Amino acid sequence: MTEPATPAPAPELRRAPPRRRQRHVLAGDFPPTRRRSIATAALLSGAAIALAVLFARERLYIWHWEVVPVSLPLLLRATWLTLQLSFLSVVLGIALGLVAGLARLSAEPVLRGAAVVYVELVRGTPLLVQIFIIYFFVAHQLQLSRFTAGVLALAFFAGAYVAEIFRAGIESIDPGQAEAARSLGMSHAQAMIYVILPQGLRRSIPPLAGQFMSLIKDSSLLSVIAIEELTQTGTMVVSRGLRSLEIWFTVAVLYLAITLSLALLARYLERRLGHA
Amino acid sequence: MPETRENDEIARSMPAGARRKAVGEALVAVRNVRKSFGAVEVLRDVSLDVWRGEVVVLVGRSGSGKSTLLRCLNHLETFDSGAVVIDGIALGERRVDVDRIRREVGMVFQSFNLFAHLTVLDNIALAPRIVRREPRAAAEKRARELLARVGIGEKESSYPRQLSGGQQQRVAIARALAMQPAVMLFDEPTSALDPEMIGEVLDVMRNLAESGMTMIVVTHEMGFAREVSDFVCFLDGGRIVESGTPRQVFDAPRDERTAAFLGQVLGGRAR
Ligand SMILES: Nc1ncnc2c1ncn2[C@@H]1O[C@H](COP(=O)(O)OP(=O)(O)OP(=O)(O)O)[C@@H](O)[C@H]1O
Ligand SMILES: [Mg+2]
Repeated sequence: MTEPATPAPAPELRRAPPRRRQRHVLAGDFPPTRRRSIATAALLSGAAIALAVLFARERLYIWHWEVVPVSLPLLLRATWLTLQLSFLSVVLGIALGLVAGLARLSAEPVLRGAAVVYVELVRGTPLLVQIFIIYFFVAHQLQLSRFTAGVLALAFFAGAYVAEIFRAGIESIDPGQAEAARSLGMSHAQAMIYVILPQGLRRSIPPLAGQFMSLIKDSSLLSVIAIEELTQTGTMVVSRGLRSLEIWFTVAVLYLAITLSLALLARYLERRLGHA
Repeated sequence: MPETRENDEIARSMPAGARRKAVGEALVAVRNVRKSFGAVEVLRDVSLDVWRGEVVVLVGRSGSGKSTLLRCLNHLETFDSGAVVIDGIALGERRVDVDRIRREVGMVFQSFNLFAHLTVLDNIALAPRIVRREPRAAAEKRARELLARVGIGEKESSYPRQLSGGQQQRVAIARALAMQPAVMLFDEPTSALDPEMIGEVLDVMRNLAESGMTMIVVTHEMGFAREVSDFVCFLDGGRIVESGTPRQVFDAPRDERTAAFLGQVLGGRAR
């Protein structure tokens, strides 16, 4: 008797084994199983095509894509600003998250308490409110620019989620790894730096990628403090009387370009750092 | 100290089982150690001496406290009262230099615990480099020698998950040896292995014992214990209820708990 070429799929209801790695490009942002996300993608593109066909057939909407090249320089400049905002707040968010995540795991109750307060404060309030507070209060007091205030707000927000991701990644490492390191005479810090963190951080890459993709999209909220990032610029262009649908489609594609590049980068990094 | 070296020579030249209390001061001295986890008393007044060059085997039922005792010896676990002195350094005092003691004591775990993100060579060379601050070249040179010694020189650039259990455990032994410890602790080093790989790990341990390494071994491999060890301790309920040479303990157990345990363990296999 020959074996079937592919094993029967596991029953959908059974839970996935605990440490299975997510392999999806959009890891963290979408449901965990590949099959389900493929279905989602198929459904979405199907709906888009149906809509396009409908619009074309019924002449509900006459496309004027020629407005796009006209406003593209403006939109690209805004994309650049969005990239800068995102990049700086991701870097700052990682630093903040690493500090807060390690504080959360420390034996020092004061540090642990501070980390908990920070994380819960950020996760319990809307980003929009945080942006307002940082812009109207903190930035005003310290005479910071809009841009700096925007980066700070996003980094402060992301840091809390990053802290939790790092904490989970570190806690998922078998305690035997730390014991082996300690039994070889490494100090607590050495065990952390050379043994635990490299493995924990690598395990954090997929959820981090998802978090930072959200962050890039959330940067659109900075339009409320009049930073001329992509969404704010889109609003402006449309309000000048240019065709809104074409512009918003273009804006969406520009966002997608950034988020998908990030997803690919994360995948590459994960593979490069392999072996954990 | 020349005197110690001479004593080592004498001790090493004696047949296994006869080295006990040969000469000198115990390398590991455990005195009246007590340890509780909450309300559960896991070690009750344990005392034990291990001389340089000796192989001591700890046997006992699951939960009798064997692992806890080993872990107290390198401060992975603290104890509530009593004293442990290793190579003249006293553990259990308020501010002992824990890291220094751990450098003197190598440990091999049941589940290998190799560093999953590092190659075999880096697994072995990491601690010498960052703890002893050895230059990379020197640390790697010795790592290669140790790998050859445990018989897997060709695997230096593999990652742990690419190795069999027996190979992983041999790397783990090499990794502990790289810190040049005065004593090696083994906590059921072959219990997680497929039967066909047990022999290769026991061979490495046997060679290590023959080279004069001081070893404390928790194991259920009674054949190994009988052949290699100088001294056997049987633990029950957190106490050493019987100890002596392997002949005394295995062939003529005085305590009925020892006899019952040995009956069970040896009963299942060819004697
Ligand atoms: N960290 C811990 N917290 C609470 N209880 C513990 C802990 N570690 C061990 N114990 C308990 O202490 C007792 C002795 O455990 P220990 O692991 O030393 O036994 P053992 O002789 O090594 O057994 P085994 O052969 O199963 O490894 C057991 O009852 C165990 O449940
Ligand atoms: Mg045990």
